[in-house]
Amino acid sequence: MAGVAETVESNGQGSFLDYKGKHKGIFAWILSTDHKRIGILYMVALLSWFLVGMTLGGLIRIELLTPEGTIVGPQTYNAFFTLHGVIMLFIFVIPGIPAVFGNFFLPIMIGAEDVAFPRLNLLSWYLYIIGGILIILAIFLPGGAPDTGWTFYIPYSVRTSTNMIITLSAVFILGFSSILTGLNFITTIHRLRAPGMDWFKMPLFSWGLYATGWIQVIVTPIIGITLLLVIVERVFGVGIFDPALGGDPILFQHLFWIYSHPAVYIMAVPSMGVISEIIPTFSHRTIFGYKFIAYSSLAIAVFGSLVWAHHMFAVGMSDSAEFIFSLLTFMVAIPSAIKVFNWTATLYKGSIQLDAPMLYALAFIFLFTIGGLTGIIQGALSVDIHLTDTYFIVGHIHYVVFGTAGFGIFAALHYWLPKMIGKMYNMKFAKVAFWIIFTGFNILYFPFFIMGWLGMPRRSYHYLPQFQVYHVISTVGSWIMIAGILMMFYNLLKSAINGPRITERNLWGGETLEWTVPTPPPLTNFDKIPDVINGPYEYKQNDIELEEVK
Amino acid sequence: MSTHEQTVTTHVHRDDVGARMGMWLFLFTELILFGGLFFVYSVYRFLHQTDFHVAAKSMNVFIGTTNTAILLTSSLTIALSIVALRNRKKILSLTLQGITVIFGLIFLINKYFEWTAEIHHGNYPGSPELLSQPPGHILFYGLYYVMTGLHGLHVIIGMIVIMFMMRFTIKDVITPDRMVKLEAAGLYWHLVDIIWIFLFPLFYLIT
Amino acid sequence: MINNNELSEHTSHSYSRYILVWMGLLTLTAITVAVAGVNLGDVTITMALVIASIKSYLVITEFMHLNTESRTFKIFLGVALFFIIISIVLLFSDYSKM
Repeated sequence: MAGVAETVESNGQGSFLDYKGKHKGIFAWILSTDHKRIGILYMVALLSWFLVGMTLGGLIRIELLTPEGTIVGPQTYNAFFTLHGVIMLFIFVIPGIPAVFGNFFLPIMIGAEDVAFPRLNLLSWYLYIIGGILIILAIFLPGGAPDTGWTFYIPYSVRTSTNMIITLSAVFILGFSSILTGLNFITTIHRLRAPGMDWFKMPLFSWGLYATGWIQVIVTPIIGITLLLVIVERVFGVGIFDPALGGDPILFQHLFWIYSHPAVYIMAVPSMGVISEIIPTFSHRTIFGYKFIAYSSLAIAVFGSLVWAHHMFAVGMSDSAEFIFSLLTFMVAIPSAIKVFNWTATLYKGSIQLDAPMLYALAFIFLFTIGGLTGIIQGALSVDIHLTDTYFIVGHIHYVVFGTAGFGIFAALHYWLPKMIGKMYNMKFAKVAFWIIFTGFNILYFPFFIMGWLGMPRRSYHYLPQFQVYHVISTVGSWIMIAGILMMFYNLLKSAINGPRITERNLWGGETLEWTVPTPPPLTNFDKIPDVINGPYEYKQNDIELEEVK
Repeated sequence: MSTHEQTVTTHVHRDDVGARMGMWLFLFTELILFGGLFFVYSVYRFLHQTDFHVAAKSMNVFIGTTNTAILLTSSLTIALSIVALRNRKKILSLTLQGITVIFGLIFLINKYFEWTAEIHHGNYPGSPELLSQPPGHILFYGLYYVMTGLHGLHVIIGMIVIMFMMRFTIKDVITPDRMVKLEAAGLYWHLVDIIWIFLFPLFYLIT
Repeated sequence: MINNNELSEHTSHSYSRYILVWMGLLTLTAITVAVAGVNLGDVTITMALVIASIKSYLVITEFMHLNTESRTFKIFLGVALFFIIISIVLLFSDYSKM
């Protein structure tokens, strides 16, 4: 708990991968408090779980090829979409970028040797693994996999005979892991910046992690207590949400979404931070509107905590609540839009280099724009009455969560993995895989908007025959996308196993601190803590003087 | 990015302010965890005002007030234990830490008697007596058990933490020059106290 | 450089200040119990919450030394309190007009 850790004399040290401490073999990894090893531990677990979640998604798509049953029964189908949501959200995308790339690169990018609480960091990872194990138990123990949807709505989450208590406990523990990561990063950024690294000399990725850390610390306890109440309800029948005993099921929804809406910003904001790193690097231009982007991360964190009931427009809330939350929902789009404008302006007159990280970053902007605009559509009350709980929402979700956070993770992998492990992947292959993923993604998800508009409900095992054509198109899109994703993973995995070694420090011409340390970085990151003079992204300015906010 | 490198050799990283910062952040999560329960309480109290009034009548104000005084005093003793250690009075500090734990125990014992009395009267979740009451009454007791129960759990956690601090103090892991662990434990205990400061009027004093 | 003795420079080394605060807390508790005995309707619960807030303020500033910490800590607390308050306000936008 207290910030005391031994550091070693670091002159002429090898990479952190070769470091030999007091533990041997696997223990050198699972007992290590080195933020870089922890980042890699997270990465392996996260990406493995992603493949599980992706498989579930693929199975859902196959089931939906026909309007009646195709490959599984309705109970299994309900479990599929529940697990798909729980795994993708709580195990993949919420830990996501902070756990992998935040852990690995935040200290380096601010000139520190590690995070503020390295042992707490390792504890975060243990809690993450335990949460994952509990989900596995929930799937395989008698009682069966949860079938309530990832939103666990009352009353079904109390009445279902499936393994809810284990599932809810898993999410509780995963939440605790998330809280500790956020707490660690906030303290790290406040206390461990290198001399000269002012707040406004920090890279924008750090700003993103800072805002995200606050969201993690502040809102996660709410889902903690809410799920705890459901467990108590199942065990003791207290009646907190039971109408027969005076409780209000809508209150559950309020509490659930008070966390789960800001949670989507835990997913999105770090990803935006990655894009803010990649765009300037691959445009060889300084970022446009640095302070706007920095402040917008904070604004998203604040406003994002005020819009939760837009998930509840059709449940019977008061008129004033509906109006207020719709208004706030429109407002929360503004800081995100500011980022999109700034990224685009950064590209202008830049010297664009279309390597794989940049392709994913540009795709991010495109997909996020679609996702964000459809979000605004849903924020309009009169429209949302028709769209809520339809496939339109599912389309929106996947464009923002997958297209944003997911593509952000893919972008970060292509940007930073070579730095992390000192091996290079095949760039041509990576680009081909990208295009296949991008094409498949849009074929898969765009029909969702059309279907939803036409009335196709979500989470529905049966559907009316007129929707089948869209479902078939989607499913074919899913096959294309999955093929591309497997190609992408194959490429990256192959590079890790026997790709060409690289020792070049600055792979892409980046201007942030991680590109000044060896590849892979040594144990303590720096031989000597740097004394920072310039800000990030200090590229040669182009001829046209664009208005810069200093 | 150009950097000038200067010789900075830090072999042991110690940051007391950072440690306290991390502890405060953790306390916020505990505060908000209970905050969620206070949200539920305030909504249901708003919806069932009379029922809550009536249900609160059977709360034992004497035990509640005594327990409040006990926790407040235990906050004093843990705060004094830090002053004592800073004044290099190790035995006094240990004694005060121990007294804090004992106060926590007395609190829990009082709670135990209170709960058993309520259960004896049939006021427990799922009991026929409770279920025959109006909904607001049932919710009041449901919230009472959940909130004071979760609080009691945190009292136990706080006691265990302080007992660890006592061990560290004995073994000179905590010293007058390295006290941040004890300070952090104190912060945790004070938060447990603050939560009770709000629980007390909301359950015992709303008649 | 990090000054690890910042806090001890500011915090008093005397026991009496804490004991005074404690007596204040007990007094406020007595007041709140006494007020509860008088039925003033809504005012009673408001008074109770106000007194609870004052007691918490004393614990936070005196026992938890928030006053001697840097301004950052106070801003942090403000963020947490802001979230709690705004959430209740928005929550009640639904419940106050059923």
